[in-house]
Amino acid sequence: MSVPSLVTETATSMRTDNALRERIYCALYRIRQVENEIGRIYPTDKIKSPVHLSIGQEAVSVGVCEALRPDDVVFGTYRGHALYLAKGGDLNQMIAELYGKATGCAKGKGGSMHLVDVRHGFMGTSAVVATTIPNAVGYAYAMKYRRANSLVVSFFGDGAVEEGVFYESLNFAALKQLPIIFICENNEYAIHTHQKARQATANLLERVRAYGLKAERVEDNDVLEIYERARAAAESIRQAQSGPVFIECMTSRWREHVGPNEDFHLGYRNRSEVDPWIENDQVSRMASLIDSARRDQINTEVDNEIARAFEFAEQSPFPDGAELFADLFEE
Amino acid sequence: MERILSYTDALREATDQEMERDPSVFVMGLGVDDPKAILGTTKGLTEKYGPERIFDTPLSEDGMTGVAIGAALAGLRPIHVHIRMDFLMLAMNQLVNMAAKMHSMYGGQEHVPMVVRAMIGKSWGQGAQHSQALHSFFMHVPGLKVVTPTTPYDAKGCLIHAIRDNNPVIFIDHRILHYQTGPVPEQLYTVAPGKARVVTQGNSITLVGISYMQLECMRAYHYLQDIGVDAEVIDPIWLNPLDIETIVNSVRKTGRLLVVDNGWMCCGTSAEIMAQVSEQLQGEVAATVHRMGFAPVTCPPTPPLEDLFYPNGRTIAARVNQILGGNPRWIPEERDDLKAIEFKGPF
Repeated sequence: MSVPSLVTETATSMRTDNALRERIYCALYRIRQVENEIGRIYPTDKIKSPVHLSIGQEAVSVGVCEALRPDDVVFGTYRGHALYLAKGGDLNQMIAELYGKATGCAKGKGGSMHLVDVRHGFMGTSAVVATTIPNAVGYAYAMKYRRANSLVVSFFGDGAVEEGVFYESLNFAALKQLPIIFICENNEYAIHTHQKARQATANLLERVRAYGLKAERVEDNDVLEIYERARAAAESIRQAQSGPVFIECMTSRWREHVGPNEDFHLGYRNRSEVDPWIENDQVSRMASLIDSARRDQINTEVDNEIARAFEFAEQSPFPDGAELFADLFEE
Repeated sequence: MERILSYTDALREATDQEMERDPSVFVMGLGVDDPKAILGTTKGLTEKYGPERIFDTPLSEDGMTGVAIGAALAGLRPIHVHIRMDFLMLAMNQLVNMAAKMHSMYGGQEHVPMVVRAMIGKSWGQGAQHSQALHSFFMHVPGLKVVTPTTPYDAKGCLIHAIRDNNPVIFIDHRILHYQTGPVPEQLYTVAPGKARVVTQGNSITLVGISYMQLECMRAYHYLQDIGVDAEVIDPIWLNPLDIETIVNSVRKTGRLLVVDNGWMCCGTSAEIMAQVSEQLQGEVAATVHRMGFAPVTCPPTPPLEDLFYPNGRTIAARVNQILGGNPRWIPEERDDLKAIEFKGPF
């Protein structure tokens, strides 16, 4: 596919907001480097959990979460490292969770596919496709029930829109006009199968609109554009001027479905498909939009933080045997 | 003087009193606010609490179960009602992969205080897809509590407990049990998990009746009394957590166990109870264990075949008599006075 130009015509003063650019760059770079480090460690077998890396897709989580408040909550998928970090999830606890350590965000009981950080509004991720979508809708029902001014964002991939529960969720969210944004991270592949081999029509937005939702698409993984669309959606929902909003974010997974490597040798897709997305890399792009000295400072701080997080995971203990029976029920 | 309520009214009162006590409790499900109000168990609640706290849902069992879970994660206490349990098959993903898992999968960070109230149907042509009793499916999965109250007293107390429990509870009420009446205190009380009730004391055999089969076991108890057999009838009430100790202690005394399940036997609740009793008593008591349940076929609607599909008080009594070495051809004559048997347990 062709990737449209990075240059958008909706440049606003926000785009020249240096603090915003730095925050976005920092978030993108941090996720990229965490994923790279996971990829580096993965072959050592210290990480005892299948990892579905976010490399290439960071802009979606970062752009959306930059538009959210701490009291907003998100639900994600097994490819959830980027979202966890973008929403403010604790890095030490994330890496420890991947290592299966007692200090992990789920005490070693979740793994990479079930990260959670309730304190930061990260409500969890599921390995079974589309299953968190109705949970996000139910959470939004509770927010409306309590007259809260917060909102929920449900993240899922292009495979999830083939599950019946996706449509059930859209219908109920629209019926009750719930405070929720649906974000479809469309990387075009469900494991190794292209969307065209799975869906009769490519126009997801039409399907969503038929359920009574506003729906729009960001074609080019542009983090600032994603941020602005999410910010506008969140604002209209908070002001009760809008029901649920659906945003399809076209993006690209650079690595294999699960694991840290490239997978072009499998033959289900060509490198040439991904190359335009790599040229359009949002980490590099945002790096070029901020002051270089500031960028170096951010890089150093982030690199050090990541090194400390892996050290924390290395040094943390595994859970005691008694933990096996803990947490089955809440008393 | 004891106040007498029907099982239906006990469920309605429990729901009403809990909604009044706790504004985070709400009710959803197909038909909960329609004129029939789920056999009357949700009657009048819309007028009292409004459409935000009790509402009909789209026909989306999987999605709406997910919605209930999400609302529970946010601290609300949903009661999701299904007028037939068979429809829970459409919600298994959310129940098994999500509701049951969240507390442990997230290391205790999240909990799902949700009640799934589902009704088992029987007779008048309910047939293949309106009669299934699938409590054993849910017992199999760690993280779900399962309760099958059989008396109006337990219906109210168990529902109140289920609403207050911080975990997902599969609350199973059998349609026929709705016609039962019995003493129900007006005040709020709970019937907590993990405590079975010894309904009748006896020495000849331990009879465990699950859900509606508790009622048939009580019929059998009376038929057996006529021939001088004293059965100890036990109602487990909660299936998970299951009070196996009460059953084991009874079998230790009687030396015989007959579990009568309102469900199929293969991999079922009867199998689990027999296995646990055998494990605990082997080498100590030479107990024999037996079971009855649905015929291992699809439930037929036509009355002559349906009669054969279900155990009943007479067939249970005949089986007990056989276990005790009596005439294998004996079956009691039907007693009219047992047709409308009510539970009058010691409370």
